[in-house]
Amino acid sequence: MDRRELLELLRENARYSTADLARQLGADEEAVETAIAELEAEGVIRGYKAVVDVEQLDDTPVRAFVECNVALDRETGYGDIAQRLVKFDEVRSLRLVSGDYDFALEVEDDSMGALSRFVSEQVAPVPEVTQTVTHFIMTSYKEGGIEFGDGDDDDRLSVTP
Amino acid sequence: MSEFRIADRVASVPPSGIRRFFELAEEMDDVISLGVGEPDFTAPWRARQAAIDSLERGRTSYTANRGMAELREEIAGYVERYDLSYDPDDEVLVTAGASEGLDLAFRALVDPGDTVAVVEPCYVSYRPGVTFAGGEVLSVPTRAEDGFELTRDLLERSGAADADLLVLCYPNNPTGATMDREGLAEVAAFARENDLTVLSDEIYAELTYEGEHASIAALPGMRERTVVFNGFSKAFAMTGLRLGYALGPADAVGAMNRVHQYTMLSAPTTAQYAALTALRKCADDVGDMRDQYDRRRRFVLSSFEEMGIDCVEAEGAFYAFPEAPGGDAEAFAEDLLEAERVAMVPGTAFGAGGQGHLRASYATGIDELREAMARLRRFLDAEQ
Ligand SMILES: Cc1ncc(COP(=O)(O)O)c(C=O)c1O
Repeated sequence: MDRRELLELLRENARYSTADLARQLGADEEAVETAIAELEAEGVIRGYKAVVDVEQLDDTPVRAFVECNVALDRETGYGDIAQRLVKFDEVRSLRLVSGDYDFALEVEDDSMGALSRFVSEQVAPVPEVTQTVTHFIMTSYKEGGIEFGDGDDDDRLSVTP
Repeated sequence: MSEFRIADRVASVPPSGIRRFFELAEEMDDVISLGVGEPDFTAPWRARQAAIDSLERGRTSYTANRGMAELREEIAGYVERYDLSYDPDDEVLVTAGASEGLDLAFRALVDPGDTVAVVEPCYVSYRPGVTFAGGEVLSVPTRAEDGFELTRDLLERSGAADADLLVLCYPNNPTGATMDREGLAEVAAFARENDLTVLSDEIYAELTYEGEHASIAALPGMRERTVVFNGFSKAFAMTGLRLGYALGPADAVGAMNRVHQYTMLSAPTTAQYAALTALRKCADDVGDMRDQYDRRRRFVLSSFEEMGIDCVEAEGAFYAFPEAPGGDAEAFAEDLLEAERVAMVPGTAFGAGGQGHLRASYATGIDELREAMARLRRFLDAEQ
Protein backbone atom coordinates (compact mmCIF):
# COMPACT_ATOMS: atom_id res chain seq x y z
CA MET A 1 0.00 0.00 0.00
CA ASP A 2 1.07 3.53 -0.73
CA ARG A 3 1.90 5.15 2.62
CA ARG A 4 2.09 8.58 1.08
CA GLU A 5 -1.46 8.27 -0.15
CA LEU A 6 -2.65 6.89 3.18
CA LEU A 7 -1.16 9.91 4.91
CA GLU A 8 -2.75 12.24 2.40
CA LEU A 9 -6.15 10.74 3.20
CA LEU A 10 -5.63 10.96 6.95
CA ARG A 11 -4.48 14.54 6.64
CA GLU A 12 -7.64 15.25 4.68
CA ASN A 13 -9.89 13.55 7.24
CA ALA A 14 -8.48 11.67 10.23
CA ARG A 15 -11.91 10.23 10.95
CA TYR A 16 -12.17 8.05 7.84
CA SER A 17 -12.93 4.55 9.05
CA THR A 18 -10.36 1.88 8.32
CA ALA A 19 -12.86 0.30 5.94
CA ASP A 20 -13.31 3.55 3.98
CA LEU A 21 -9.56 4.11 3.88
CA ALA A 22 -9.12 0.59 2.54
CA ARG A 23 -11.74 1.14 -0.16
CA GLN A 24 -10.19 4.39 -1.30
CA LEU A 25 -6.73 2.90 -1.38
CA GLY A 26 -7.80 -0.34 -3.00
CA ALA A 27 -6.14 -2.17 -0.08
CA ASP A 28 -7.43 -4.48 2.63
CA GLU A 29 -8.31 -3.23 6.07
CA GLU A 30 -5.66 -5.17 7.88
CA ALA A 31 -2.91 -3.66 5.75
CA VAL A 32 -4.28 -0.20 6.46
CA GLU A 33 -4.34 -0.84 10.19
CA THR A 34 -0.77 -2.11 10.16
CA ALA A 35 0.43 0.86 8.14
CA ILE A 36 -1.23 3.32 10.51
CA ALA A 37 0.26 1.57 13.53
CA GLU A 38 3.70 1.78 11.93
CA LEU A 39 3.32 5.44 11.07
CA GLU A 40 2.33 6.13 14.66
CA ALA A 41 5.20 4.08 16.07
CA GLU A 42 7.71 5.84 13.82
CA GLY A 43 6.42 9.21 14.96
CA VAL A 44 5.34 10.22 11.47
CA ILE A 45 1.80 10.55 12.73
CA ARG A 46 1.92 12.64 15.90
CA GLY A 47 -1.73 12.93 16.72
CA TYR A 48 -5.27 13.47 15.50
CA LYS A 49 -7.22 16.65 16.20
CA ALA A 50 -10.36 18.39 15.13
CA VAL A 51 -10.10 21.65 13.20
CA VAL A 52 -12.34 23.94 15.26
CA ASP A 53 -13.58 27.37 14.31
CA VAL A 54 -13.01 28.83 17.79
CA GLU A 55 -14.85 31.99 16.86
CA GLN A 56 -18.06 30.00 17.09
CA LEU A 57 -17.45 28.94 20.69
CA ASP A 58 -19.16 30.72 23.58
CA ASP A 59 -15.83 31.27 25.27
CA THR A 60 -13.66 32.16 22.35
CA PRO A 61 -10.03 31.78 23.35
CA VAL A 62 -7.64 34.52 22.36
CA ARG A 63 -4.89 33.58 19.97
CA ALA A 64 -1.78 35.37 18.88
CA PHE A 65 1.07 34.88 16.58
CA VAL A 66 4.38 35.85 18.24
CA GLU A 67 7.59 36.66 16.42
CA CYS A 68 10.51 35.94 18.65
CA ASN A 69 14.17 36.85 18.22
CA VAL A 70 16.89 35.13 20.19
CA ALA A 71 20.63 35.48 20.70
CA LEU A 72 22.57 32.26 20.71
CA ASP A 73 25.81 31.63 22.56
CA ARG A 74 28.35 28.83 22.60
CA GLU A 75 26.34 26.77 25.08
CA THR A 76 22.83 27.45 23.84
CA GLY A 77 21.37 26.49 20.46
CA TYR A 78 17.91 26.95 18.94
CA GLY A 79 16.95 23.50 20.15
CA ASP A 80 17.68 24.36 23.77
CA ILE A 81 15.55 27.46 23.67
CA ALA A 82 12.77 25.61 21.87
CA GLN A 83 12.81 22.91 24.53
CA ARG A 84 11.97 25.50 27.12
CA LEU A 85 9.20 27.16 25.12
CA VAL A 86 7.38 24.01 23.96
CA LYS A 87 6.67 23.00 27.55
CA PHE A 88 4.08 25.75 28.01
CA ASP A 89 0.52 24.59 27.24
CA GLU A 90 -0.22 28.08 25.96
CA VAL A 91 2.19 27.49 23.08
CA ARG A 92 0.16 25.73 20.38
CA SER A 93 2.92 25.63 17.83
CA LEU A 94 6.55 26.61 17.72
CA ARG A 95 8.59 26.83 14.56
CA LEU A 96 12.05 28.00 13.70
CA VAL A 97 11.69 30.12 10.57
CA SER A 98 13.88 31.92 8.08
CA GLY A 99 13.72 35.69 7.68
CA ASP A 100 13.59 38.65 10.04
CA TYR A 101 13.03 36.71 13.22
CA ASP A 102 13.88 33.28 14.58
CA PHE A 103 10.86 31.61 16.15
CA ALA A 104 7.22 31.82 15.17
CA LEU A 105 4.93 30.91 18.03
CA GLU A 106 1.21 30.44 18.08
CA VAL A 107 -0.09 31.04 21.55
CA GLU A 108 -3.58 30.66 22.95
CA ASP A 109 -5.07 31.79 26.24
CA ASP A 110 -8.40 32.67 27.82
CA SER A 111 -8.19 36.43 27.45
CA MET A 112 -6.10 39.18 25.94
CA GLY A 113 -4.79 40.05 29.38
CA ALA A 114 -3.82 36.49 30.15
CA LEU A 115 -2.13 36.09 26.82
CA SER A 116 -0.20 39.37 27.15
CA ARG A 117 0.95 38.34 30.61
CA PHE A 118 2.04 34.99 29.31
CA VAL A 119 4.24 36.56 26.64
CA SER A 120 5.70 39.21 28.93
CA GLU A 121 6.21 36.95 31.92
CA GLN A 122 7.13 33.62 30.36
CA VAL A 123 8.53 34.21 26.90
CA ALA A 124 10.23 37.61 26.98
CA PRO A 125 12.22 36.94 30.16
CA VAL A 126 13.92 33.83 28.75
CA PRO A 127 17.58 34.97 28.82
CA GLU A 128 18.27 34.32 25.12
CA VAL A 129 15.12 36.07 23.92
CA THR A 130 16.03 39.55 22.68
CA GLN A 131 12.70 40.67 21.23
CA THR A 132 9.07 39.62 20.84
CA VAL A 133 6.38 41.04 18.57
CA THR A 134 2.85 39.86 19.29
CA HIS A 135 0.11 39.83 16.65
CA PHE A 136 -3.35 39.08 18.00
CA ILE A 137 -5.39 37.00 15.63
CA MET A 138 -8.59 38.81 14.76
CA THR A 139 -10.35 36.48 12.36
CA SER A 140 -9.48 33.17 10.79
CA TYR A 141 -10.43 32.39 7.20
CA LYS A 142 -8.67 29.07 6.83
CA GLU A 143 -7.14 26.63 9.32
CA GLY A 144 -5.48 23.32 8.71
CA GLY A 145 -6.32 23.55 5.02
CA ILE A 146 -10.03 24.04 5.71
CA GLU A 147 -11.79 27.19 4.53
CA PHE A 148 -14.12 28.76 7.08
CA GLY A 149 -16.55 30.29 4.60
CA ASP A 150 -20.04 28.93 4.00
CA GLY A 151 -18.68 26.74 1.24
CA ASP A 152 -19.79 26.73 -2.37
CA ASP A 153 -23.22 25.31 -3.05
CA ASP A 154 -23.32 22.53 -5.57
CA ASP A 155 -25.22 24.35 -8.29
CA ARG A 156 -24.87 21.59 -10.88
CA LEU A 157 -27.98 20.08 -12.44
CA SER A 158 -28.68 16.77 -10.72
CA VAL A 159 -28.55 14.60 -13.83
CA THR A 160 -26.54 15.56 -16.91
CA PRO A 161 -24.99 13.69 -19.85
CA MET B 1 -49.49 27.19 -29.22
CA SER B 2 -47.84 28.63 -32.30
CA GLU B 3 -47.69 26.74 -35.56
CA PHE B 4 -44.09 26.24 -36.42
CA ARG B 5 -43.34 23.31 -38.60
CA ILE B 6 -40.27 21.77 -37.03
CA ALA B 7 -37.70 20.57 -39.52
CA ASP B 8 -37.75 16.79 -39.96
CA ARG B 9 -34.12 16.35 -39.06
CA VAL B 10 -34.80 17.95 -35.69
CA ALA B 11 -38.23 16.45 -35.10
CA SER B 12 -36.79 13.00 -35.79
CA VAL B 13 -34.33 13.24 -32.90
CA PRO B 14 -35.91 12.04 -29.64
CA PRO B 15 -35.36 14.10 -26.50
CA SER B 16 -32.41 12.91 -24.46
CA GLY B 17 -33.07 9.76 -22.46
CA ILE B 18 -31.45 11.49 -19.54
CA ARG B 19 -34.08 14.17 -19.47
CA ARG B 20 -36.86 12.02 -17.98
CA PHE B 21 -34.60 10.82 -15.23
CA PHE B 22 -33.49 14.35 -14.52
CA GLU B 23 -37.11 15.39 -14.06
CA LEU B 24 -37.75 12.51 -11.65
CA ALA B 25 -34.70 13.38 -9.58
CA GLU B 26 -35.46 17.11 -9.54
CA GLU B 27 -38.85 16.48 -7.95
CA MET B 28 -37.34 14.93 -4.86
CA ASP B 29 -35.46 16.32 -1.90
CA ASP B 30 -32.32 14.93 -0.37
CA VAL B 31 -31.23 13.14 -3.53
CA ILE B 32 -27.61 12.10 -3.77
CA SER B 33 -26.95 12.21 -7.45
CA LEU B 34 -24.47 9.89 -9.08
CA GLY B 35 -25.96 11.12 -12.32
CA VAL B 36 -23.86 14.18 -12.91
CA GLY B 37 -21.64 14.30 -15.98
CA GLU B 38 -19.44 17.18 -14.88
CA PRO B 39 -16.80 17.69 -12.19
CA ASP B 40 -17.86 18.64 -8.66
CA PHE B 41 -14.70 20.74 -8.43
CA THR B 42 -14.65 24.36 -9.48
CA ALA B 43 -12.18 25.61 -12.07
CA PRO B 44 -8.67 26.15 -10.64
CA TRP B 45 -8.42 29.51 -8.94
CA ARG B 46 -5.55 30.69 -11.14
CA ALA B 47 -7.61 30.06 -14.26
CA ARG B 48 -10.58 31.93 -12.81
CA GLN B 49 -8.25 34.76 -11.84
CA ALA B 50 -6.98 34.93 -15.42
CA ALA B 51 -10.56 35.23 -16.67
CA ILE B 52 -11.18 38.06 -14.22
CA ASP B 53 -7.93 39.80 -15.19
CA SER B 54 -8.82 39.62 -18.86
CA LEU B 55 -12.15 41.31 -18.15
CA GLU B 56 -10.47 43.97 -16.06
CA ARG B 57 -8.10 44.68 -18.90
CA GLY B 58 -11.06 44.98 -21.24
CA ARG B 59 -10.36 41.90 -23.33
CA THR B 60 -13.91 41.61 -24.54
CA SER B 61 -13.55 41.47 -28.33
CA TYR B 62 -13.66 38.51 -30.71
CA THR B 63 -10.42 36.64 -31.14
CA ALA B 64 -9.08 35.14 -34.37
CA ASN B 65 -11.58 32.59 -35.71
CA ARG B 66 -9.32 29.70 -34.86
CA GLY B 67 -8.66 31.04 -31.36
CA MET B 68 -5.86 33.19 -29.91
CA ALA B 69 -2.52 32.26 -31.44
CA GLU B 70 -0.92 32.01 -28.02
CA LEU B 71 -3.53 29.54 -26.87
CA ARG B 72 -3.21 27.41 -30.00
CA GLU B 73 0.53 27.25 -29.45
CA GLU B 74 0.05 26.26 -25.84
CA ILE B 75 -2.43 23.56 -26.86
CA ALA B 76 -0.05 22.17 -29.47
CA GLY B 77 2.65 21.98 -26.81
CA TYR B 78 0.31 20.40 -24.28
CA VAL B 79 -0.83 17.51 -26.48
CA GLU B 80 2.74 16.44 -27.16
CA ARG B 81 2.34 14.40 -23.96
CA TYR B 82 0.08 12.10 -26.00
CA ASP B 83 2.63 11.88 -28.83
CA LEU B 84 0.52 14.23 -30.90
CA SER B 85 2.06 16.95 -32.99
CA TYR B 86 -0.03 19.65 -34.64
CA ASP B 87 0.78 22.97 -36.25
CA PRO B 88 -0.86 25.72 -34.20
CA ASP B 89 -1.39 27.79 -37.35
CA ASP B 90 -3.71 25.51 -39.27
CA GLU B 91 -4.17 22.24 -37.40
CA VAL B 92 -5.62 23.48 -34.12
CA LEU B 93 -9.10 24.94 -33.77
CA VAL B 94 -10.35 26.40 -30.50
CA THR B 95 -14.08 25.74 -30.07
CA ALA B 96 -16.93 26.52 -27.69
CA GLY B 97 -16.53 23.20 -25.87
CA ALA B 98 -15.67 19.87 -27.42
CA SER B 99 -19.39 19.85 -28.24
CA GLU B 100 -18.96 22.54 -30.86
CA GLY B 101 -15.93 20.78 -32.26
CA LEU B 102 -17.88 17.56 -32.73
CA ASP B 103 -20.77 19.39 -34.36
CA LEU B 104 -18.37 21.17 -36.72
CA ALA B 105 -16.78 17.89 -37.69
CA PHE B 106 -20.14 16.30 -38.47
CA ARG B 107 -21.18 19.28 -40.54
CA ALA B 108 -17.85 19.61 -42.32
CA LEU B 109 -17.14 15.94 -42.95
CA VAL B 110 -20.52 14.20 -43.30
CA ASP B 111 -22.59 14.41 -46.48
CA PRO B 112 -26.26 13.48 -46.50
CA GLY B 113 -26.46 9.71 -46.77
CA ASP B 114 -22.97 9.10 -45.39
CA THR B 115 -22.73 6.43 -42.73
CA VAL B 116 -21.16 7.25 -39.41
CA ALA B 117 -20.26 4.30 -37.19
CA VAL B 118 -20.72 5.28 -33.56
CA VAL B 119 -19.14 3.18 -30.84
CA GLU B 120 -21.70 2.72 -28.07
CA PRO B 121 -22.53 3.07 -25.21
CA CYS B 122 -21.40 6.65 -25.62
CA TYR B 123 -21.93 10.28 -24.90
CA VAL B 124 -25.44 11.29 -25.95
CA SER B 125 -24.55 13.96 -28.54
CA TYR B 126 -22.95 11.92 -31.31
CA ARG B 127 -26.14 10.42 -32.71
CA PRO B 128 -28.10 13.69 -32.87
CA GLY B 129 -25.02 15.45 -34.25
CA VAL B 130 -24.81 12.98 -37.13
CA THR B 131 -28.56 13.23 -37.77
CA PHE B 132 -28.49 17.05 -37.82
CA ALA B 133 -25.75 16.82 -40.45
CA GLY B 134 -27.89 14.48 -42.55
CA GLY B 135 -25.79 11.36 -41.94
CA GLU B 136 -26.92 7.86 -41.02
CA VAL B 137 -25.81 6.34 -37.73
CA LEU B 138 -24.48 2.80 -37.61
CA SER B 139 -24.26 1.54 -34.04
CA VAL B 140 -21.19 -0.40 -32.95
CA PRO B 141 -22.08 -1.78 -29.52
CA THR B 142 -19.29 -2.73 -27.14
CA ARG B 143 -19.73 -5.33 -24.40
CA ALA B 144 -19.01 -5.75 -20.73
CA GLU B 145 -17.11 -8.98 -21.45
CA ASP B 146 -14.58 -6.97 -23.49
CA GLY B 147 -14.39 -4.34 -20.76
CA PHE B 148 -16.35 -2.09 -23.16
CA GLU B 149 -13.29 -1.81 -25.38
CA LEU B 150 -13.66 -1.66 -29.13
CA THR B 151 -12.35 -4.70 -31.02
CA ARG B 152 -11.84 -5.51 -34.65
CA ASP B 153 -14.39 -8.27 -34.28
CA LEU B 154 -17.07 -5.86 -33.05
CA LEU B 155 -16.33 -3.49 -35.92
CA GLU B 156 -16.57 -6.27 -38.46
CA ARG B 157 -19.76 -7.74 -37.08
CA SER B 158 -21.56 -4.42 -37.00
CA GLY B 159 -20.74 -3.71 -40.61
CA ALA B 160 -18.50 -0.73 -39.94
CA ALA B 161 -16.33 -1.67 -42.92
CA ASP B 162 -18.86 0.09 -45.15
CA ALA B 163 -19.09 3.21 -43.03
CA ASP B 164 -17.47 6.54 -43.93
CA LEU B 165 -16.59 7.74 -40.45
CA LEU B 166 -16.00 6.17 -37.07
CA VAL B 167 -16.67 8.01 -33.79
CA LEU B 168 -15.08 6.70 -30.63
CA CYS B 169 -14.40 7.98 -27.15
CA TYR B 170 -11.80 6.64 -24.73
CA PRO B 171 -11.64 7.12 -21.76
CA ASN B 172 -15.35 6.56 -22.18
CA ASN B 173 -18.47 8.21 -20.95
CA PRO B 174 -20.50 6.29 -19.65
CA THR B 175 -18.43 3.11 -19.12
CA GLY B 176 -15.15 4.49 -17.79
CA ALA B 177 -13.36 2.13 -20.19
CA THR B 178 -9.94 3.06 -21.56
CA MET B 179 -7.96 1.59 -24.43
CA ASP B 180 -4.24 1.08 -24.63
CA ARG B 181 -2.02 1.30 -27.70
CA GLU B 182 -2.35 -2.37 -28.59
CA GLY B 183 -6.13 -2.29 -28.50
CA LEU B 184 -6.21 0.89 -30.55
CA ALA B 185 -3.74 -0.55 -33.07
CA GLU B 186 -6.39 -3.14 -34.06
CA VAL B 187 -8.96 -0.41 -34.55
CA ALA B 188 -6.45 1.71 -36.45
CA ALA B 189 -5.66 -1.14 -38.82
CA PHE B 190 -9.37 -1.62 -39.48
CA ALA B 191 -9.81 2.10 -40.14
CA ARG B 192 -6.89 2.17 -42.57
CA GLU B 193 -8.01 -0.96 -44.43
CA ASN B 194 -11.55 0.36 -44.81
CA ASP B 195 -10.60 3.97 -45.38
CA LEU B 196 -12.53 5.31 -42.39
CA THR B 197 -12.19 8.84 -41.09
CA VAL B 198 -11.90 8.69 -37.31
CA LEU B 199 -13.34 11.20 -34.87
CA SER B 200 -11.71 10.56 -31.51
CA ASP B 201 -13.27 12.26 -28.49
CA GLU B 202 -10.47 12.34 -25.93
CA ILE B 203 -11.94 14.84 -23.52
CA TYR B 204 -11.23 12.53 -20.58
CA ALA B 205 -7.62 11.81 -21.63
CA GLU B 206 -6.13 13.40 -18.56
CA LEU B 207 -8.41 11.36 -16.29
CA THR B 208 -6.72 8.03 -16.93
CA TYR B 209 -5.91 6.10 -13.77
CA GLU B 210 -4.21 2.93 -14.94
CA GLY B 211 -1.39 3.34 -17.42
CA GLU B 212 -1.17 6.31 -19.75
CA HIS B 213 -3.68 7.70 -22.17
CA ALA B 214 -3.03 6.62 -25.75
CA SER B 215 -4.41 8.57 -28.70
CA ILE B 216 -5.40 6.70 -31.84
CA ALA B 217 -4.12 9.67 -33.86
CA ALA B 218 -0.58 8.91 -32.66
CA LEU B 219 -0.58 5.47 -34.31
CA PRO B 220 1.10 4.97 -37.70
CA GLY B 221 -0.98 6.12 -40.63
CA MET B 222 -3.70 7.55 -38.41
CA ARG B 223 -2.84 11.22 -38.10
CA GLU B 224 -3.96 11.91 -41.65
CA ARG B 225 -7.39 10.36 -41.14
CA THR B 226 -8.20 11.41 -37.55
CA VAL B 227 -9.62 14.47 -35.85
CA VAL B 228 -9.07 14.57 -32.08
CA PHE B 229 -11.41 16.43 -29.72
CA ASN B 230 -10.44 17.63 -26.30
CA GLY B 231 -11.27 20.48 -23.98
CA PHE B 232 -11.17 22.09 -20.60
CA SER B 233 -14.49 20.89 -19.19
CA LYS B 234 -13.35 17.70 -17.52
CA ALA B 235 -9.68 17.73 -16.54
CA PHE B 236 -9.74 21.45 -15.70
CA ALA B 237 -13.28 21.47 -14.29
CA MET B 238 -14.24 24.35 -16.59
CA THR B 239 -17.57 23.10 -18.02
CA GLY B 240 -19.39 26.41 -17.80
CA LEU B 241 -16.62 28.31 -19.52
CA ARG B 242 -17.38 26.35 -22.70
CA LEU B 243 -13.95 25.80 -24.16
CA GLY B 244 -12.54 22.95 -26.18
CA TYR B 245 -10.39 22.28 -29.22
CA ALA B 246 -10.10 20.09 -32.26
CA LEU B 247 -6.84 18.80 -33.73
CA GLY B 248 -6.40 17.43 -37.20
CA PRO B 249 -4.85 17.81 -40.62
CA ALA B 250 -5.19 21.27 -42.16
CA ASP B 251 -7.88 20.31 -44.69
CA ALA B 252 -10.22 18.85 -42.07
CA VAL B 253 -9.62 21.60 -39.53
CA GLY B 254 -9.86 24.21 -42.29
CA ALA B 255 -13.27 22.90 -43.34
CA MET B 256 -14.43 22.89 -39.73
CA ASN B 257 -13.16 26.42 -39.35
CA ARG B 258 -15.21 27.45 -42.35
CA VAL B 259 -18.38 26.43 -40.52
CA HIS B 260 -17.05 27.85 -37.26
CA GLN B 261 -16.24 31.26 -38.73
CA TYR B 262 -19.78 31.71 -39.97
CA THR B 263 -21.61 30.21 -37.00
CA MET B 264 -19.50 31.01 -33.94
CA LEU B 265 -16.87 33.53 -35.16
CA SER B 266 -14.65 32.65 -32.23
CA ALA B 267 -14.81 30.73 -28.98
CA PRO B 268 -15.55 32.80 -25.84
CA THR B 269 -12.67 35.20 -25.28
CA THR B 270 -12.80 35.22 -21.48
CA ALA B 271 -12.65 31.44 -21.48
CA GLN B 272 -9.67 31.49 -23.82
CA TYR B 273 -7.72 33.55 -21.31
CA ALA B 274 -8.71 31.18 -18.53
CA ALA B 275 -7.62 28.24 -20.68
CA LEU B 276 -4.25 29.78 -21.44
CA THR B 277 -3.51 30.03 -17.73
CA ALA B 278 -5.01 26.59 -17.10
CA LEU B 279 -2.46 25.07 -19.47
CA ARG B 280 0.45 27.12 -18.18
CA LYS B 281 -0.14 27.07 -14.45
CA CYS B 282 -2.72 24.53 -13.36
CA ALA B 283 -1.04 21.16 -13.83
CA ASP B 284 -0.96 20.66 -10.04
CA ASP B 285 -4.67 21.36 -9.72
CA VAL B 286 -5.38 18.80 -12.42
CA GLY B 287 -3.13 16.29 -10.64
CA ASP B 288 -4.92 16.83 -7.33
CA MET B 289 -8.33 16.39 -8.90
CA ARG B 290 -7.18 13.25 -10.69
CA ASP B 291 -5.86 11.80 -7.40
CA GLN B 292 -9.18 12.45 -5.74
CA TYR B 293 -11.18 10.93 -8.59
CA ASP B 294 -8.92 7.91 -8.44
CA ARG B 295 -9.60 7.34 -4.75
CA ARG B 296 -13.31 7.73 -5.27
CA ARG B 297 -13.09 5.32 -8.17
CA ARG B 298 -11.45 2.70 -5.99
CA PHE B 299 -13.96 3.42 -3.25
CA VAL B 300 -16.92 2.90 -5.58
CA LEU B 301 -15.48 -0.19 -7.25
CA SER B 302 -14.63 -1.77 -3.87
CA SER B 303 -18.10 -0.95 -2.57
CA PHE B 304 -19.78 -2.55 -5.61
CA GLU B 305 -17.63 -5.62 -5.20
CA GLU B 306 -18.54 -5.95 -1.52
CA MET B 307 -22.22 -5.70 -2.45
CA GLY B 308 -21.84 -8.35 -5.12
CA ILE B 309 -22.59 -5.91 -7.96
CA ASP B 310 -20.74 -6.82 -11.14
CA CYS B 311 -18.78 -3.96 -12.59
CA VAL B 312 -16.06 -3.70 -15.19
CA GLU B 313 -12.87 -2.20 -13.74
CA ALA B 314 -13.40 1.41 -14.87
CA GLU B 315 -10.00 2.96 -15.56
CA GLY B 316 -10.78 6.44 -16.80
CA ALA B 317 -13.15 9.43 -16.84
CA PHE B 318 -15.30 9.63 -13.70
CA TYR B 319 -17.82 6.92 -14.31
CA ALA B 320 -18.36 3.31 -13.32
CA PHE B 321 -20.86 1.24 -15.30
CA PRO B 322 -22.10 -1.55 -13.05
CA GLU B 323 -24.66 -4.16 -14.01
CA ALA B 324 -28.08 -3.42 -12.57
CA PRO B 325 -28.92 -6.12 -10.02
CA GLY B 326 -31.92 -8.00 -11.39
CA GLY B 327 -31.11 -6.98 -14.96
CA ASP B 328 -33.73 -4.26 -15.53
CA ALA B 329 -31.73 -1.04 -15.21
CA GLU B 330 -34.68 1.35 -15.66
CA ALA B 331 -36.73 -0.34 -12.96
CA PHE B 332 -33.75 -0.59 -10.65
CA ALA B 333 -32.80 3.06 -11.10
CA GLU B 334 -36.35 4.23 -10.49
CA ASP B 335 -36.87 2.03 -7.43
CA LEU B 336 -33.54 3.08 -5.97
CA LEU B 337 -34.35 6.72 -6.51
CA GLU B 338 -37.81 6.29 -5.02
CA ALA B 339 -36.74 4.25 -2.00
CA GLU B 340 -33.31 5.65 -1.15
CA ARG B 341 -32.97 8.89 -3.08
CA VAL B 342 -29.87 7.85 -4.97
CA ALA B 343 -29.79 8.73 -8.67
CA MET B 344 -27.90 6.68 -11.24
CA VAL B 345 -28.64 6.89 -14.95
CA PRO B 346 -29.90 3.76 -16.75
CA GLY B 347 -27.40 2.66 -19.39
CA THR B 348 -29.89 2.66 -22.25
CA ALA B 349 -29.66 6.47 -22.29
CA PHE B 350 -26.20 5.95 -23.82
CA GLY B 351 -27.21 3.71 -26.70
CA ALA B 352 -26.70 0.09 -27.65
CA GLY B 353 -24.76 -2.06 -25.22
CA GLY B 354 -25.93 0.04 -22.28
CA GLN B 355 -28.99 -2.04 -21.41
CA GLY B 356 -28.86 -3.75 -18.03
CA HIS B 357 -26.28 -1.26 -16.76
CA LEU B 358 -26.23 1.90 -14.71
CA ARG B 359 -23.90 4.85 -14.97
CA ALA B 360 -22.54 5.86 -11.58
CA SER B 361 -20.65 9.12 -11.72
CA TYR B 362 -18.07 9.64 -8.98
CA ALA B 363 -17.73 13.35 -9.67
CA THR B 364 -19.20 13.74 -6.19
CA GLY B 365 -17.53 14.35 -2.83
CA ILE B 366 -16.38 11.30 -0.89
CA ASP B 367 -18.84 11.98 1.93
CA GLU B 368 -21.78 11.88 -0.47
CA LEU B 369 -20.37 8.81 -2.17
CA ARG B 370 -20.07 7.07 1.17
CA GLU B 371 -23.67 7.92 1.99
CA ALA B 372 -24.81 6.83 -1.48
CA MET B 373 -23.09 3.46 -1.08
CA ALA B 374 -24.62 3.00 2.37
CA ARG B 375 -28.07 3.71 0.93
CA LEU B 376 -27.46 1.35 -1.98
CA ARG B 377 -26.42 -1.37 0.47
CA ARG B 378 -29.57 -0.82 2.51
CA PHE B 379 -31.68 -0.93 -0.65
CA LEU B 380 -30.17 -4.23 -1.74
CA ASP B 381 -30.62 -5.73 1.74
CA ALA B 382 -34.27 -4.70 1.75
CA GLU B 383 -34.81 -6.21 -1.69
CA GLN B 384 -33.71 -9.66 -0.57
C1 LIG C 1 -17.49 12.24 -23.93
C2 LIG C 1 -17.84 13.67 -23.89
N1 LIG C 1 -17.55 14.45 -24.93
C3 LIG C 1 -17.85 15.75 -24.94
C4 LIG C 1 -18.48 16.35 -23.87
C5 LIG C 1 -18.82 17.82 -23.96
O1 LIG C 1 -17.78 18.57 -23.50
P1 LIG C 1 -17.71 20.16 -23.62
O2 LIG C 1 -18.14 20.70 -22.31
O3 LIG C 1 -16.28 20.44 -23.92
O4 LIG C 1 -18.60 20.57 -24.73
C6 LIG C 1 -18.80 15.57 -22.76
C7 LIG C 1 -19.51 16.19 -21.61
O5 LIG C 1 -20.17 15.55 -20.82
C8 LIG C 1 -18.47 14.21 -22.76
O6 LIG C 1 -18.75 13.42 -21.71
